[in-house]
Amino acid sequence: MQPGTPRISGSGMRLAYERRIIAEELTVAIPDRSFTVIIGPNACGKSTLLRALSRMLKPTAGAVLLDGEDIHTLPARKVARTLGLLPQSSIAPDGISVAELVARGRYPHQGLLRQWSRDDERVVEESMAATGVADLADRPVDELSGGQRQRVWIAMALAQQTPLLMLDEPTTYLDIAHQIEILDLCAHLHEEQGRTLVVVLHDLNHAARYATHLIAMREGRVMAAGNPRDIVTADLVEQVFGLPCRVIDDPESGTPMVIPAARRRADATPSTAAMELA
Amino acid sequence: MIVLRIPNGWSVRFHPRALAVGAGAALLAVVLSVFAIGSGDYPMSSADVLRTLAGRGSPAEDFIIGELRLPRLVTALLVGAALALAGTVFQSLVRNPLGSPDVLGFTQGAATGALVVVVVGGSSAALAGAALAGGLATGLLIYAIAWREGVHGYRLVLVGIGVAAILTGVNGYLLTRAPLMQAARAVLWLTGSLDGRGWVNAMPLLIAMAVLVPVLLACGPAVRMIEMGDDTANALGVRVERLRLVLLGAAVLLVSLAAAAAGPVSFVALTAPHVAKRLTRTPGPNLLPSMCVGALLLVAADFAAQRAFTAHQLPVGVVTGALGGAYLVWLLATERKAGRI
Repeated sequence: MQPGTPRISGSGMRLAYERRIIAEELTVAIPDRSFTVIIGPNACGKSTLLRALSRMLKPTAGAVLLDGEDIHTLPARKVARTLGLLPQSSIAPDGISVAELVARGRYPHQGLLRQWSRDDERVVEESMAATGVADLADRPVDELSGGQRQRVWIAMALAQQTPLLMLDEPTTYLDIAHQIEILDLCAHLHEEQGRTLVVVLHDLNHAARYATHLIAMREGRVMAAGNPRDIVTADLVEQVFGLPCRVIDDPESGTPMVIPAARRRADATPSTAAMELA
Repeated sequence: MIVLRIPNGWSVRFHPRALAVGAGAALLAVVLSVFAIGSGDYPMSSADVLRTLAGRGSPAEDFIIGELRLPRLVTALLVGAALALAGTVFQSLVRNPLGSPDVLGFTQGAATGALVVVVVGGSSAALAGAALAGGLATGLLIYAIAWREGVHGYRLVLVGIGVAAILTGVNGYLLTRAPLMQAARAVLWLTGSLDGRGWVNAMPLLIAMAVLVPVLLACGPAVRMIEMGDDTANALGVRVERLRLVLLGAAVLLVSLAAAAAGPVSFVALTAPHVAKRLTRTPGPNLLPSMCVGALLLVAADFAAQRAFTAHQLPVGVVTGALGGAYLVWLLATERKAGRI
């Protein structure tokens, strides 16, 4: 499955919260059928970019195009059948069961007189099976562990049946085993179901291992974009994160792996440590 | 969950428990209504009440029921239903179980309007109109202050509480300016009372509800989405900002009209949705069950207010305040024990 032409892209975007400008002249394209990961240091604008691409934030200049049309002129429900988003924080209503929460993902496919079709039922069951939460269907969401809850939310987004799916830091607050579990699930959705994924991640090594397309950002600009094998170098990491490091091949997957430079002496400032390394 | 499907692809889904609670509360409200209409200085049996309601009573019975007791009862049912519906909508809108119009300043705004008429002097109709205008103006004011590239639930609560505090002060000032007789009338109005309510009080609310209830019920599924957060609702295709404006407008109208009809009856908007939610055990804004529970609550409270003390009648607001306050304390205590607050 080769990454193809973009279904969603942003060009010349100025992204701002009220008067605070996060990015200017930002242009990105998400290759079709890619597993795109956006990385960068804190406050680099990666979540803001995801919000713009998922129409949560309207660019004050430039545009986001979905299948060639300005995403803000398309009907909201139509977009919701093409593009799904799992935001950083979602609120599970009090006492709701797993099956009911996942069922809410069917909203854009329903109407006043089409409240619960056989399709809805089937898709909800499939979504729960794909994320491994089918056994939890009748349990209240409040009682689940963090990892289980995240899988339930992903199941809800899957039930939306969108070819494009965006996830904002889906592994935050999870332990390492559950982080890998979620990323494996994403890889499965990408490879087996052919969905285009756009995921914001913090961990560079996770990004390099799972992404087919990596976007590295710093201070609202794209510093590099492409296959991680081609773009992840010690220079790029230094440039993007300001972190001196070595990049070796991941012995498990053969993808680039970033090893932070070792042992800065307690009396050395970061800049002298960097000079010593050089 | 029960699903009904017909072959052309239409389907309807409902929770049996929510349906049972709504129907049960509605039925109880009707039974209690018949009983309440029959009681009073001129007692009538339930059979006589039903016969008169069917249009086959004596002229005296027709007058007592048709002109005195029925309008008061219909006002009680409508005010209870309207307050409960508005309360449910507010709670979903701000995602806070304490987000009721009593807390957010709309009730106080309606009171300010009414008090201005009391000070200046004016008819009952002017008082009701001013209460409506006061509630709507407060709604606009809060929306305008809270609006910053969209209105977020949290900011709406904070602005609402601030406006409520200011208006409480304004209301106090207006009361001190009113002539003594007028001030007494104002205090009775502020407590919330159904005494002497006629068709003229019930009709505006009835008309508004005939329009707004279907609108709100149609918004129900979208309101359910908004409960999961603005971003999640947006991602699912809900126009969050537009929906919020519709909900806010409808809820403020309902609260203001209810206040215009019966005064700012306290705690019904806060407690009815909670009671409904506990009974239905169904997530989501149980709009219809809440409405039925609200109507039942107010009819029951008014019945108690009229009959609890044989010597004299209480304004209904005293009863809802006492019951609602006790319920709130109990709710806070159990929620605290459960570690939710």
